[in-house]
Amino acid sequence: MKRGGLLLLVLPSVVYLLVMFVYPFAYGVFLSLHPAKGAAGASLANYLAFFGDPWQLRTIAVTASLAVPNTIVTVVLALTVAYAMRRGIWAERTITALLVLPIALGTVLVAEGINGFYGPKGWLNQGLQAAGLGDPPRLTHNYTGVMIALFVQHFPFCFLMLLGYISGIDPALEASARVLGARPWVVFRRVMWPLIAPGAAIAFALVFVMNFGVFPSAVLVGQPAGATRTIAIAAYQQAFEHCDMSMASAIAVVMGLCQLLGLAIVVGLRGRLAATGVATVGAGKR
Amino acid sequence: MRGRVWRLAVFLFVLGFTLNLVGIVSHVVVSSLAKRWFATPLPGAFTTEWYAYSWREFQLAYVLTVTATVAVTVTALALLLGFPAAYVLARRGFPAKNAVLLLYFLPLLIPQMTYGIPLATSLYRYRIGGTIAGVILANLVPMLPLAIFVLLPFVEQISESLEWAARVHGAGPWQVFRRVVLPLALPGLLTAGLLVLVNTVANFELSFLLSGAGSQTLVVALYYAVFAAGMRPIYSVDAMAVIYMVIVLLMLVAALRFVRPTQMVFRLGGK
Repeated sequence: MKRGGLLLLVLPSVVYLLVMFVYPFAYGVFLSLHPAKGAAGASLANYLAFFGDPWQLRTIAVTASLAVPNTIVTVVLALTVAYAMRRGIWAERTITALLVLPIALGTVLVAEGINGFYGPKGWLNQGLQAAGLGDPPRLTHNYTGVMIALFVQHFPFCFLMLLGYISGIDPALEASARVLGARPWVVFRRVMWPLIAPGAAIAFALVFVMNFGVFPSAVLVGQPAGATRTIAIAAYQQAFEHCDMSMASAIAVVMGLCQLLGLAIVVGLRGRLAATGVATVGAGKR
Repeated sequence: MRGRVWRLAVFLFVLGFTLNLVGIVSHVVVSSLAKRWFATPLPGAFTTEWYAYSWREFQLAYVLTVTATVAVTVTALALLLGFPAAYVLARRGFPAKNAVLLLYFLPLLIPQMTYGIPLATSLYRYRIGGTIAGVILANLVPMLPLAIFVLLPFVEQISESLEWAARVHGAGPWQVFRRVVLPLALPGLLTAGLLVLVNTVANFELSFLLSGAGSQTLVVALYYAVFAAGMRPIYSVDAMAVIYMVIVLLMLVAALRFVRPTQMVFRLGGK
């Protein structure tokens, strides 16, 4: 087949994504600059309204207060466990398959399960009471509930990603460091961490971006009218409850910009982390 | 010594997390089978009547038909549009290749809530929003790149000399595709198909934003049932959750025969 003819095969998928992904995005930005009511022509009225309304502006702080701590905890724990399991462990396939469960089941089912299990009458509270620990704090329909839901969702995701990444590092590098007399901590700090850092940065960025877009968990295990009214909820309400697509697009743009800001910070930090790198990544095992 | 304490801590954490998962899932299952359940370790009496109730009240026969229609159509379209793209990406370099790869990557990287709202806005404007077609078209946006990136390594493994050999022996392009490339790519198509299928059934955000009264998929119907908790007995909501869970688990078990668990996070794993 001729070169040009073959390239035609990419066309359907590219056209589809241009029409269904790029165009709506551009249209959304355009729409956000043209408020439903008011004069013709572009104006920043929607953005000014968003940043001028404390009830709306607060959603950024609320979302960040969930996303930032949750991302740090998730990545640090996933990194620790993945590092400990880097040379394989007993029943690894079973454990990893089990960890895929919350990813496959999705947020809605996990949220319903958390409402039951962690709820006031759930097994966890019953167990704590039976152990004589008195009345435990409320764990669902508040900030804590959303944190639990996000962690249950994103820990396995982050862990599996880092496990694949870390086990792809050439074991000979670590072995040489050990032979030359480096203690486990020094091996981690001087040999492994510089190699892991880029992967950890990608994982951090992805988990942060996902956390920042939290919607179903914030509604179902959270307090969507108050403590966990995230920016995604605000955008959804504008679009489908107030039918103001223009304002909803503006909020979606603000949400996207916040996620971009998070990415930019991670990329900036990564440059400094990677600067300490000394070794190279070997061929991947997985 | 310190190494052992460390390893014990990691083990305990994994055990705790696993127990928490088992607790979350089995609490839903037990609740769906309870006659009444109130602050006791296990319900006093068990019943399966909530399944019949749930099937009737949530119109699950209809919801499941919608879900199957959406999932099968999205999978077919993703493979149909994705396979040619994966083939060219695996075989050829071309000027705008990096731009095209970026275009495929973005829908997987950007959270669905962020691009879902503008997408829903445009689809509702053309009156496609709220219909089954709208749900299908929206879900195809992330699923098409997913299919392409899963197929890519499979196509790369097919030696190009096999195609040349077939051409030398007089096969036309269509015959080469039909008799050589397609049979060799079958495992890839199966893997990609299963991953797209399970992801579409479990995909919430885009289906939620685009679905109307008659076009809710199972996970969206489940969301509304949980959201309106108190309207119906929680046991019936949990029965619906179990039905959803069983469907996803069956597909997951099928998928895991072909895919390693670490590949399940591929969609955001990057390179």
